[in-house]
Amino acid sequence: MNEILEILENDARTTPEEIAKMTGSSAQAVKKAIKKFEKDGVILKYKTVINKELVKDEGSDVRALIEVKITPKKDVGFDYLAERIYQFPEVSACYLMSGTYDLLVVVEGKNIHTVSNFVSSKLAPMENVRGTVTHFILKKYKEDGDILRQAKRDKREAISL
Amino acid sequence: MAENIPPSGIRVFFDLVLGMKDVISLGIGEPDFVTPWNVREAAIFSLEEGYTSYTSNKGMIELRKDISGYLKDRQTIAYDPEDEILITVGVSEAFDLALRAIINRGDKILIPEPYYVSYGPLVTLAGGRPVFIRQSPENGFKLTPEDIVKHCDGRTKAIVLNYPNNPTGVSYTRKELSAIARVVLKKKLIMISDEIYGDLTYDFDHTAFPTLAGMKKRTIYLNGFSKSYAMTGWRIGYACGPKDVIAMMTKIHQYTMLCAPIMSQMAAREALKNGERSIRQMKREYKRRREYVVSGLNEAGLPCHKPEGAFYAFPSIKNSGLSSMEFAKKLLKEERVALVPGTAFGPSCEGYVRISYASSISNIKEALIRIKRFLCSQN
Repeated sequence: MNEILEILENDARTTPEEIAKMTGSSAQAVKKAIKKFEKDGVILKYKTVINKELVKDEGSDVRALIEVKITPKKDVGFDYLAERIYQFPEVSACYLMSGTYDLLVVVEGKNIHTVSNFVSSKLAPMENVRGTVTHFILKKYKEDGDILRQAKRDKREAISL
Repeated sequence: MAENIPPSGIRVFFDLVLGMKDVISLGIGEPDFVTPWNVREAAIFSLEEGYTSYTSNKGMIELRKDISGYLKDRQTIAYDPEDEILITVGVSEAFDLALRAIINRGDKILIPEPYYVSYGPLVTLAGGRPVFIRQSPENGFKLTPEDIVKHCDGRTKAIVLNYPNNPTGVSYTRKELSAIARVVLKKKLIMISDEIYGDLTYDFDHTAFPTLAGMKKRTIYLNGFSKSYAMTGWRIGYACGPKDVIAMMTKIHQYTMLCAPIMSQMAAREALKNGERSIRQMKREYKRRREYVVSGLNEAGLPCHKPEGAFYAFPSIKNSGLSSMEFAKKLLKEERVALVPGTAFGPSCEGYVRISYASSISNIKEALIRIKRFLCSQN
Protein backbone atom coordinates (compact mmCIF):
# COMPACT_ATOMS: atom_id res chain seq x y z
CA MET A 1 0.00 0.00 0.00
CA ASN A 2 1.01 3.58 -0.50
CA GLU A 3 3.10 4.76 2.44
CA ILE A 4 0.94 7.81 3.19
CA LEU A 5 -2.16 5.60 3.34
CA GLU A 6 -0.39 3.12 5.57
CA ILE A 7 0.59 5.85 8.03
CA LEU A 8 -2.89 7.41 8.05
CA GLU A 9 -4.63 4.08 8.41
CA ASN A 10 -2.63 3.51 11.55
CA ASP A 11 -3.06 7.03 12.92
CA ALA A 12 -5.38 9.42 11.08
CA ARG A 13 -4.19 12.30 13.24
CA THR A 14 -0.67 12.23 11.81
CA THR A 15 -0.20 15.66 10.25
CA PRO A 16 1.06 16.16 6.67
CA GLU A 17 4.19 17.73 8.16
CA GLU A 18 4.86 14.63 10.23
CA ILE A 19 4.17 12.30 7.31
CA ALA A 20 6.58 14.37 5.24
CA LYS A 21 9.27 13.89 7.88
CA MET A 22 8.67 10.14 8.02
CA THR A 23 8.76 9.63 4.29
CA GLY A 24 11.46 12.14 3.46
CA SER A 25 9.21 14.26 1.22
CA SER A 26 7.70 17.74 1.53
CA ALA A 27 4.56 18.65 3.45
CA GLN A 28 3.27 20.25 0.27
CA ALA A 29 3.59 17.01 -1.69
CA VAL A 30 1.94 15.00 1.09
CA LYS A 31 -0.98 17.45 1.29
CA LYS A 32 -1.45 17.20 -2.45
CA ALA A 33 -1.42 13.40 -2.38
CA ILE A 34 -3.96 13.30 0.45
CA LYS A 35 -6.22 15.73 -1.41
CA LYS A 36 -6.13 13.43 -4.41
CA PHE A 37 -6.87 10.34 -2.30
CA GLU A 38 -9.87 12.15 -0.82
CA LYS A 39 -11.11 13.29 -4.21
CA ASP A 40 -10.78 9.82 -5.74
CA GLY A 41 -12.59 8.25 -2.83
CA VAL A 42 -9.54 6.22 -1.78
CA ILE A 43 -9.72 7.96 1.58
CA LEU A 44 -13.41 7.83 2.51
CA LYS A 45 -13.25 9.44 5.92
CA TYR A 46 -11.27 9.71 9.16
CA LYS A 47 -12.64 7.78 12.11
CA THR A 48 -11.76 6.97 15.69
CA VAL A 49 -11.56 3.33 16.74
CA ILE A 50 -13.60 3.02 19.93
CA ASN A 51 -13.61 0.00 22.19
CA LYS A 52 -17.34 -0.04 22.83
CA GLU A 53 -16.98 -2.77 25.39
CA LEU A 54 -15.55 -0.09 27.67
CA VAL A 55 -18.20 2.55 26.97
CA LYS A 56 -20.60 1.91 29.82
CA ASP A 57 -23.13 4.75 29.58
CA GLU A 58 -25.73 3.57 27.10
CA GLY A 59 -25.42 -0.20 27.29
CA SER A 60 -23.18 -1.89 24.81
CA ASP A 61 -24.48 -2.53 21.33
CA VAL A 62 -25.50 -5.94 20.13
CA ARG A 63 -24.08 -7.14 16.90
CA ALA A 64 -25.11 -10.07 14.74
CA LEU A 65 -23.79 -11.72 11.60
CA ILE A 66 -26.64 -12.78 9.35
CA GLU A 67 -26.26 -15.26 6.55
CA VAL A 68 -28.73 -14.39 3.81
CA LYS A 69 -29.65 -16.67 0.91
CA ILE A 70 -31.18 -14.85 -2.01
CA THR A 71 -32.42 -15.50 -5.53
CA PRO A 72 -30.45 -13.23 -7.83
CA LYS A 73 -32.52 -10.87 -9.93
CA LYS A 74 -32.29 -11.02 -13.70
CA ASP A 75 -29.75 -8.58 -15.21
CA VAL A 76 -28.67 -7.00 -11.90
CA GLY A 77 -27.69 -10.20 -10.07
CA PHE A 78 -27.01 -9.84 -6.36
CA ASP A 79 -26.24 -6.15 -6.40
CA TYR A 80 -29.86 -5.01 -6.53
CA LEU A 81 -30.85 -6.82 -3.35
CA ALA A 82 -27.57 -6.04 -1.62
CA GLU A 83 -28.21 -2.35 -2.19
CA ARG A 84 -31.71 -2.60 -0.76
CA ILE A 85 -30.27 -4.25 2.31
CA TYR A 86 -27.19 -2.13 2.98
CA GLN A 87 -29.18 1.12 2.86
CA PHE A 88 -30.70 0.29 6.26
CA PRO A 89 -28.79 2.18 8.96
CA GLU A 90 -28.89 -0.96 11.13
CA VAL A 91 -26.55 -2.65 8.65
CA SER A 92 -22.91 -1.92 9.44
CA ALA A 93 -21.39 -4.20 6.80
CA CYS A 94 -22.57 -6.22 3.83
CA TYR A 95 -20.54 -8.68 1.76
CA LEU A 96 -21.26 -11.01 -1.17
CA MET A 97 -19.87 -14.41 -0.24
CA SER A 98 -18.80 -17.60 -1.90
CA GLY A 99 -20.06 -20.83 -0.34
CA THR A 100 -23.37 -21.96 1.09
CA TYR A 101 -25.05 -18.55 1.38
CA ASP A 102 -24.93 -15.34 -0.62
CA LEU A 103 -24.79 -12.22 1.53
CA LEU A 104 -23.18 -11.77 4.89
CA VAL A 105 -24.93 -8.88 6.61
CA VAL A 106 -23.61 -7.39 9.83
CA VAL A 107 -26.38 -5.77 11.85
CA GLU A 108 -26.08 -3.63 14.96
CA GLY A 109 -28.81 -2.80 17.44
CA LYS A 110 -29.43 -1.63 20.98
CA ASN A 111 -30.35 -5.12 22.14
CA ILE A 112 -31.20 -8.59 20.95
CA HIS A 113 -34.83 -7.58 20.30
CA THR A 114 -34.07 -4.71 18.00
CA VAL A 115 -31.80 -6.94 15.96
CA SER A 116 -34.23 -9.85 15.73
CA ASN A 117 -37.00 -7.39 15.00
CA PHE A 118 -35.01 -6.00 12.10
CA VAL A 119 -34.41 -9.48 10.74
CA SER A 120 -37.98 -10.64 11.03
CA SER A 121 -39.73 -7.49 9.89
CA LYS A 122 -37.31 -6.04 7.35
CA LEU A 123 -34.79 -8.56 6.07
CA ALA A 124 -36.50 -11.94 5.98
CA PRO A 125 -39.74 -10.80 4.29
CA MET A 126 -37.93 -9.14 1.38
CA GLU A 127 -38.78 -10.45 -2.01
CA ASN A 128 -36.10 -12.89 -3.25
CA VAL A 129 -34.68 -13.49 0.23
CA ARG A 130 -34.91 -17.26 0.58
CA GLY A 131 -33.74 -17.58 4.13
CA THR A 132 -31.62 -16.14 6.95
CA VAL A 133 -29.47 -17.53 9.73
CA THR A 134 -28.63 -15.13 12.57
CA HIS A 135 -25.47 -15.42 14.70
CA PHE A 136 -25.17 -13.07 17.67
CA ILE A 137 -21.67 -12.01 18.64
CA LEU A 138 -21.00 -12.85 22.27
CA LYS A 139 -17.59 -11.26 22.77
CA LYS A 140 -15.21 -9.27 20.63
CA TYR A 141 -11.50 -10.03 20.85
CA LYS A 142 -10.09 -8.30 17.83
CA GLU A 143 -11.65 -6.01 15.27
CA ASP A 144 -10.15 -4.65 12.05
CA GLY A 145 -6.69 -5.64 13.18
CA ASP A 146 -7.01 -4.03 16.61
CA ILE A 147 -6.92 -6.20 19.71
CA LEU A 148 -9.63 -4.94 22.07
CA ARG A 149 -7.69 -4.94 25.27
CA GLN A 150 -5.45 -2.54 27.13
CA ALA A 151 -1.99 -2.41 25.64
CA LYS A 152 0.56 -4.47 27.48
CA ARG A 153 3.32 -2.77 29.38
CA ASP A 154 6.73 -2.48 27.71
CA LYS A 155 8.70 -5.31 29.27
CA ARG A 156 12.15 -4.05 28.29
CA GLU A 157 14.63 -2.55 30.72
CA ALA A 158 14.47 1.25 30.45
CA ILE A 159 18.02 1.39 29.13
CA SER A 160 20.44 -1.07 27.53
CA LEU A 161 23.39 -1.06 25.19
CA MET B 1 42.60 -11.52 33.93
CA ALA B 2 39.17 -10.21 34.92
CA GLU B 3 40.89 -7.76 37.25
CA ASN B 4 42.36 -5.99 34.24
CA ILE B 5 38.93 -5.00 33.01
CA PRO B 6 37.80 -1.59 34.23
CA PRO B 7 34.29 -1.47 35.67
CA SER B 8 31.71 0.00 33.33
CA GLY B 9 31.31 3.72 34.03
CA ILE B 10 27.96 3.73 32.33
CA ARG B 11 26.43 1.50 35.01
CA VAL B 12 25.96 4.44 37.41
CA PHE B 13 23.97 6.33 34.82
CA PHE B 14 21.91 3.20 34.05
CA ASP B 15 20.98 2.88 37.71
CA LEU B 16 19.86 6.51 37.66
CA VAL B 17 17.53 5.77 34.71
CA LEU B 18 16.20 2.56 36.22
CA GLY B 19 15.40 4.32 39.48
CA MET B 20 13.27 6.99 37.82
CA LYS B 21 9.60 6.77 36.89
CA ASP B 22 7.72 7.99 33.79
CA VAL B 23 10.81 8.20 31.65
CA ILE B 24 10.56 8.18 27.88
CA SER B 25 13.49 6.03 26.93
CA LEU B 26 15.39 6.40 23.68
CA GLY B 27 18.17 4.47 25.34
CA ILE B 28 17.12 0.94 24.60
CA GLY B 29 19.27 -1.31 22.44
CA GLU B 30 16.58 -3.77 21.45
CA PRO B 31 13.43 -3.72 19.30
CA ASP B 32 10.20 -2.38 20.82
CA PHE B 33 8.31 -5.04 18.89
CA VAL B 34 7.67 -8.34 20.59
CA THR B 35 8.71 -11.49 18.74
CA PRO B 36 6.23 -12.19 15.89
CA TRP B 37 3.39 -14.40 17.07
CA ASN B 38 4.07 -17.26 14.64
CA VAL B 39 7.55 -17.57 16.16
CA ARG B 40 6.30 -17.51 19.73
CA GLU B 41 3.59 -19.99 18.82
CA ALA B 42 6.12 -22.36 17.28
CA ALA B 43 8.13 -22.31 20.52
CA ILE B 44 5.02 -23.00 22.61
CA PHE B 45 4.17 -25.90 20.30
CA SER B 46 7.68 -27.28 20.56
CA LEU B 47 7.36 -27.30 24.36
CA GLU B 48 4.02 -29.08 24.11
CA GLU B 49 5.66 -31.65 21.86
CA GLY B 50 8.33 -32.23 24.47
CA TYR B 51 11.33 -30.58 22.81
CA THR B 52 13.21 -30.02 26.05
CA SER B 53 16.47 -31.87 25.46
CA TYR B 54 20.02 -30.92 24.49
CA THR B 55 20.70 -30.68 20.81
CA SER B 56 23.87 -31.43 18.90
CA ASN B 57 26.66 -29.12 20.13
CA LYS B 58 26.66 -27.30 16.81
CA GLY B 59 22.89 -26.84 16.99
CA MET B 60 20.10 -28.76 15.26
CA ILE B 61 21.11 -29.77 11.76
CA GLU B 62 17.68 -28.66 10.49
CA LEU B 63 18.28 -25.13 11.78
CA ARG B 64 21.80 -25.08 10.35
CA LYS B 65 20.36 -26.10 7.01
CA ASP B 66 17.70 -23.37 7.24
CA ILE B 67 20.41 -20.82 8.05
CA SER B 68 22.51 -22.06 5.16
CA GLY B 69 19.47 -21.61 2.91
CA TYR B 70 18.80 -18.12 4.22
CA LEU B 71 22.43 -17.10 3.70
CA LYS B 72 22.38 -18.42 0.15
CA ASP B 73 19.11 -16.67 -0.74
CA ARG B 74 19.47 -13.40 1.12
CA GLN B 75 23.19 -12.84 1.51
CA THR B 76 24.35 -14.79 -1.57
CA ILE B 77 26.91 -16.83 0.28
CA ALA B 78 27.23 -20.61 0.61
CA TYR B 79 28.11 -22.16 3.98
CA ASP B 80 28.03 -25.90 4.55
CA PRO B 81 25.54 -26.66 7.34
CA GLU B 82 27.62 -29.70 8.35
CA ASP B 83 30.82 -27.97 9.42
CA GLU B 84 30.80 -24.27 8.61
CA ILE B 85 27.91 -23.10 10.81
CA LEU B 86 27.70 -23.06 14.61
CA ILE B 87 24.53 -22.11 16.52
CA THR B 88 25.37 -20.00 19.57
CA VAL B 89 23.72 -18.32 22.52
CA GLY B 90 23.39 -14.98 20.76
CA VAL B 91 26.08 -13.16 18.79
CA SER B 92 27.67 -12.23 22.12
CA GLU B 93 28.72 -15.82 22.69
CA ALA B 94 29.71 -16.25 19.07
CA PHE B 95 31.94 -13.19 19.33
CA ASP B 96 33.64 -14.50 22.46
CA LEU B 97 34.18 -17.92 20.87
CA ALA B 98 35.65 -16.35 17.74
CA LEU B 99 38.19 -14.42 19.79
CA ARG B 100 39.14 -17.37 21.97
CA ALA B 101 39.51 -19.56 18.90
CA ILE B 102 41.95 -17.29 17.09
CA ILE B 103 43.89 -15.37 19.75
CA ASN B 104 47.32 -16.43 20.92
CA ARG B 105 48.47 -14.56 24.01
CA GLY B 106 49.43 -11.01 23.11
CA ASP B 107 47.82 -10.95 19.69
CA LYS B 108 46.44 -7.56 18.76
CA ILE B 109 42.86 -7.15 17.66
CA LEU B 110 41.77 -3.98 15.88
CA ILE B 111 38.52 -2.49 17.14
CA PRO B 112 37.07 0.56 15.41
CA GLU B 113 35.78 3.14 17.87
CA PRO B 114 32.85 3.87 18.53
CA TYR B 115 32.54 0.24 19.51
CA TYR B 116 30.03 -2.06 21.13
CA VAL B 117 30.92 -2.22 24.84
CA SER B 118 31.85 -5.87 25.08
CA TYR B 119 34.44 -5.99 22.28
CA GLY B 120 37.44 -4.62 24.21
CA PRO B 121 36.89 -6.57 27.46
CA LEU B 122 36.32 -9.83 25.58
CA VAL B 123 39.58 -9.40 23.68
CA THR B 124 41.39 -8.86 26.99
CA LEU B 125 39.72 -11.88 28.57
CA ALA B 126 40.80 -14.00 25.61
CA GLY B 127 44.40 -12.97 26.23
CA GLY B 128 44.60 -10.51 23.37
CA ARG B 129 45.33 -6.82 23.23
CA PRO B 130 42.61 -4.54 21.90
CA VAL B 131 43.85 -1.76 19.60
CA PHE B 132 41.23 0.91 19.12
CA ILE B 133 40.95 2.77 15.83
CA ARG B 134 39.32 6.11 16.42
CA GLN B 135 37.06 7.08 13.56
CA SER B 136 36.52 10.71 12.91
CA PRO B 137 33.10 12.30 13.00
CA GLU B 138 34.14 14.39 9.97
CA ASN B 139 34.27 11.16 8.03
CA GLY B 140 30.86 10.16 9.40
CA PHE B 141 32.43 7.66 11.82
CA LYS B 142 33.39 5.40 8.94
CA LEU B 143 36.36 3.11 9.00
CA THR B 144 38.82 3.68 6.14
CA PRO B 145 41.44 1.29 4.73
CA GLU B 146 44.14 3.82 5.67
CA ASP B 147 43.02 3.68 9.33
CA ILE B 148 43.58 -0.07 9.29
CA VAL B 149 47.03 0.12 7.72
CA LYS B 150 48.12 2.78 10.21
CA HIS B 151 47.23 0.59 13.20
CA CYS B 152 48.68 -2.71 11.96
CA ASP B 153 51.94 -4.24 13.10
CA GLY B 154 53.45 -7.72 13.23
CA ARG B 155 51.22 -8.81 16.11
CA THR B 156 47.92 -7.75 14.56
CA LYS B 157 45.78 -10.81 14.16
CA ALA B 158 42.28 -9.67 13.36
CA ILE B 159 39.89 -6.79 12.93
CA VAL B 160 36.35 -6.46 14.17
CA LEU B 161 33.71 -4.74 12.08
CA ASN B 162 30.12 -4.17 13.15
CA TYR B 163 27.85 -2.86 10.40
CA PRO B 164 25.24 -1.49 10.45
CA ASN B 165 26.83 -0.16 13.57
CA ASN B 166 25.76 0.11 17.16
CA PRO B 167 25.92 2.99 18.23
CA THR B 168 26.24 5.06 15.04
CA GLY B 169 23.91 3.27 12.61
CA VAL B 170 26.67 3.62 10.01
CA SER B 171 26.91 0.98 7.31
CA TYR B 172 29.04 0.46 4.23
CA THR B 173 28.37 0.01 0.55
CA ARG B 174 29.87 -2.92 -1.30
CA LYS B 175 32.47 -0.62 -2.79
CA GLU B 176 33.57 0.70 0.60
CA LEU B 177 33.75 -2.84 1.97
CA SER B 178 35.81 -4.02 -1.00
CA ALA B 179 38.44 -1.39 -0.19
CA ILE B 180 38.54 -2.63 3.40
CA ALA B 181 38.74 -6.24 2.18
CA ARG B 182 41.80 -5.46 0.09
CA VAL B 183 43.66 -4.24 3.18
CA VAL B 184 42.49 -7.25 5.19
CA LEU B 185 43.96 -9.46 2.48
CA LYS B 186 47.18 -7.51 2.20
CA LYS B 187 47.78 -7.48 5.94
CA LYS B 188 46.68 -11.13 6.24
CA LEU B 189 44.10 -10.28 8.91
CA ILE B 190 41.09 -12.24 10.05
CA MET B 191 37.82 -10.33 9.81
CA ILE B 192 35.31 -10.81 12.60
CA SER B 193 32.21 -9.40 10.98
CA ASP B 194 29.33 -8.68 13.35
CA GLU B 195 26.37 -8.31 10.99
CA ILE B 196 23.55 -8.67 13.53
CA TYR B 197 21.86 -5.54 12.13
CA GLY B 198 22.41 -6.53 8.49
CA ASP B 199 18.73 -7.02 7.69
CA LEU B 200 18.04 -3.52 8.98
CA THR B 201 19.79 -1.64 6.18
CA TYR B 202 17.65 1.05 4.61
CA ASP B 203 19.29 2.76 1.68
CA PHE B 204 21.14 0.00 -0.16
CA ASP B 205 21.48 -3.78 -0.10
CA HIS B 206 23.52 -5.11 2.78
CA THR B 207 26.75 -6.77 1.67
CA ALA B 208 27.89 -9.71 3.78
CA PHE B 209 31.65 -9.46 4.26
CA PRO B 210 32.44 -13.07 3.22
CA THR B 211 30.91 -12.39 -0.22
CA LEU B 212 33.82 -10.09 -1.07
CA ALA B 213 36.70 -11.38 -3.18
CA GLY B 214 38.99 -13.65 -1.15
CA MET B 215 37.17 -12.94 2.10
CA LYS B 216 35.25 -16.14 2.78
CA LYS B 217 38.30 -17.93 4.13
CA ARG B 218 39.40 -14.92 6.17
CA THR B 219 36.03 -14.04 7.72
CA ILE B 220 34.17 -15.19 10.80
CA TYR B 221 30.64 -14.10 9.99
CA LEU B 222 28.35 -13.44 12.96
CA ASN B 223 24.62 -13.05 12.76
CA GLY B 224 21.52 -13.89 14.76
CA PHE B 225 17.85 -13.35 15.33
CA SER B 226 17.81 -10.72 18.07
CA LYS B 227 17.44 -7.53 16.12
CA SER B 228 15.70 -8.17 12.82
CA TYR B 229 13.30 -10.78 14.20
CA ALA B 230 12.86 -9.01 17.57
CA MET B 231 14.15 -12.05 19.47
CA THR B 232 16.68 -10.58 21.92
CA GLY B 233 15.53 -12.57 24.95
CA TRP B 234 15.77 -15.91 23.13
CA ARG B 235 19.56 -15.64 23.03
CA ILE B 236 20.11 -17.25 19.69
CA GLY B 237 22.70 -16.45 17.07
CA TYR B 238 25.24 -18.16 14.86
CA ALA B 239 28.75 -18.04 13.50
CA CYS B 240 29.89 -19.10 10.05
CA GLY B 241 33.44 -19.49 8.90
CA PRO B 242 36.18 -21.78 7.66
CA LYS B 243 35.88 -25.37 8.87
CA ASP B 244 38.92 -25.28 11.15
CA VAL B 245 37.83 -22.08 12.92
CA ILE B 246 34.28 -23.35 13.41
CA ALA B 247 35.68 -26.63 14.76
CA MET B 248 37.79 -24.70 17.26
CA MET B 249 34.85 -22.53 18.30
CA THR B 250 32.64 -25.61 18.64
CA LYS B 251 35.19 -27.15 20.99
CA ILE B 252 34.98 -24.16 23.37
CA HIS B 253 31.22 -23.92 22.94
CA GLN B 254 30.69 -27.56 23.86
CA TYR B 255 32.60 -27.17 27.13
CA THR B 256 30.86 -23.94 28.13
CA MET B 257 27.35 -23.67 26.69
CA LEU B 258 27.02 -27.23 25.44
CA CYS B 259 24.32 -26.05 23.05
CA ALA B 260 21.88 -23.21 22.50
CA PRO B 261 18.45 -23.76 24.11
CA ILE B 262 16.34 -26.10 22.01
CA MET B 263 13.17 -23.99 22.27
CA SER B 264 15.06 -20.99 20.91
CA GLN B 265 16.37 -23.12 18.07
CA MET B 266 12.83 -24.25 17.26
CA ALA B 267 11.66 -20.63 17.32
CA ALA B 268 14.53 -19.61 15.05
CA ARG B 269 13.52 -22.24 12.50
CA GLU B 270 10.03 -20.77 12.34
CA ALA B 271 11.48 -17.25 12.08
CA LEU B 272 13.52 -18.24 9.03
CA LYS B 273 10.66 -20.18 7.46
CA ASN B 274 7.83 -17.68 7.89
CA GLY B 275 9.34 -14.49 9.24
CA GLU B 276 9.88 -12.57 6.03
CA ARG B 277 6.66 -10.58 6.28
CA SER B 278 7.23 -9.49 9.88
CA ILE B 279 10.80 -8.47 9.09
CA ARG B 280 9.66 -6.32 6.20
CA GLN B 281 6.95 -4.67 8.29
CA MET B 282 9.28 -3.84 11.15
CA LYS B 283 11.93 -2.57 8.77
CA ARG B 284 9.47 -0.20 7.09
CA GLU B 285 8.45 1.13 10.48
CA TYR B 286 12.08 1.66 11.58
CA LYS B 287 12.84 3.45 8.35
CA ARG B 288 9.97 5.86 8.88
CA ARG B 289 11.12 6.57 12.42
CA ARG B 290 14.67 7.10 11.21
CA GLU B 291 13.59 9.83 8.82
CA TYR B 292 11.51 11.41 11.57
CA VAL B 293 14.21 11.26 14.23
CA VAL B 294 17.01 12.54 12.02
CA SER B 295 15.05 15.53 10.74
CA GLY B 296 13.73 16.20 14.26
CA LEU B 297 17.21 16.18 15.78
CA ASN B 298 18.67 18.40 13.11
CA GLU B 299 15.78 20.83 13.56
CA ALA B 300 16.28 20.85 17.32
CA GLY B 301 19.93 21.83 16.86
CA LEU B 302 21.60 18.46 17.33
CA PRO B 303 23.43 17.82 14.05
CA CYS B 304 23.03 14.23 12.97
CA HIS B 305 24.13 12.14 9.99
CA LYS B 306 21.46 9.97 8.46
CA PRO B 307 22.37 6.46 9.66
CA GLU B 308 22.20 3.76 6.97
CA GLY B 309 20.97 0.99 9.25
CA ALA B 310 20.21 -0.47 12.70
CA PHE B 311 17.89 1.66 14.88
CA TYR B 312 20.26 4.26 16.25
CA ALA B 313 21.07 7.88 15.55
CA PHE B 314 24.28 9.40 16.88
CA PRO B 315 23.89 13.18 17.00
CA SER B 316 26.47 15.68 18.19
CA ILE B 317 25.46 17.54 21.36
CA LYS B 318 28.41 19.94 21.25
CA ASN B 319 26.06 22.90 20.70
CA SER B 320 24.73 22.41 24.23
CA GLY B 321 28.14 23.10 25.75
CA LEU B 322 27.70 20.03 27.96
CA SER B 323 29.65 16.81 28.13
CA SER B 324 27.84 13.66 26.95
CA MET B 325 27.32 12.46 30.49
CA GLU B 326 26.15 15.85 31.78
CA PHE B 327 23.79 16.14 28.84
CA ALA B 328 22.31 12.69 29.48
CA LYS B 329 21.95 13.26 33.23
CA LYS B 330 20.43 16.74 32.91
CA LEU B 331 18.04 15.68 30.17
CA LEU B 332 16.93 12.78 32.32
CA LYS B 333 16.40 14.93 35.41
CA GLU B 334 14.80 17.93 33.73
CA GLU B 335 12.78 16.32 30.94
CA ARG B 336 12.68 12.62 31.82
CA VAL B 337 14.12 11.50 28.52
CA ALA B 338 16.75 8.75 28.64
CA LEU B 339 19.48 8.25 26.06
CA VAL B 340 22.99 6.84 26.20
CA PRO B 341 26.04 9.14 26.48
CA GLY B 342 28.43 8.57 23.58
CA THR B 343 31.32 7.92 25.95
CA ALA B 344 29.81 4.49 26.68
CA PHE B 345 31.15 3.57 23.24
CA GLY B 346 34.65 4.91 23.69
CA PRO B 347 36.36 8.05 25.02
CA SER B 348 36.53 9.59 21.54
CA CYS B 349 32.72 9.73 21.44
CA GLU B 350 32.63 12.64 23.87
CA GLY B 351 30.21 15.20 22.49
CA TYR B 352 27.83 12.61 21.08
CA VAL B 353 24.84 10.66 22.35
CA ARG B 354 23.15 7.52 21.09
CA ILE B 355 19.44 7.78 20.41
CA SER B 356 17.56 4.57 19.80
CA TYR B 357 14.44 4.78 17.68
CA ALA B 358 13.28 1.35 18.75
CA SER B 359 10.35 3.16 20.33
CA SER B 360 6.86 4.07 19.14
CA ILE B 361 6.50 7.11 16.92
CA SER B 362 4.35 8.81 19.58
CA ASN B 363 7.15 8.34 22.14
CA ILE B 364 9.66 9.68 19.65
CA LYS B 365 7.50 12.73 18.93
CA GLU B 366 7.14 13.55 22.61
CA ALA B 367 10.83 12.94 23.30
CA LEU B 368 11.84 15.31 20.49
CA ILE B 369 9.57 18.03 21.90
CA ARG B 370 11.22 17.60 25.28
CA ILE B 371 14.75 17.60 23.84
CA LYS B 372 13.99 20.83 21.99
CA ARG B 373 12.61 22.41 25.16
CA PHE B 374 15.66 21.22 27.10
CA LEU B 375 18.06 22.75 24.58
CA CYS B 376 16.20 26.09 24.68
CA SER B 377 16.40 26.17 28.46
CA GLN B 378 20.18 25.64 28.30
CA ASN B 379 20.86 28.74 26.22
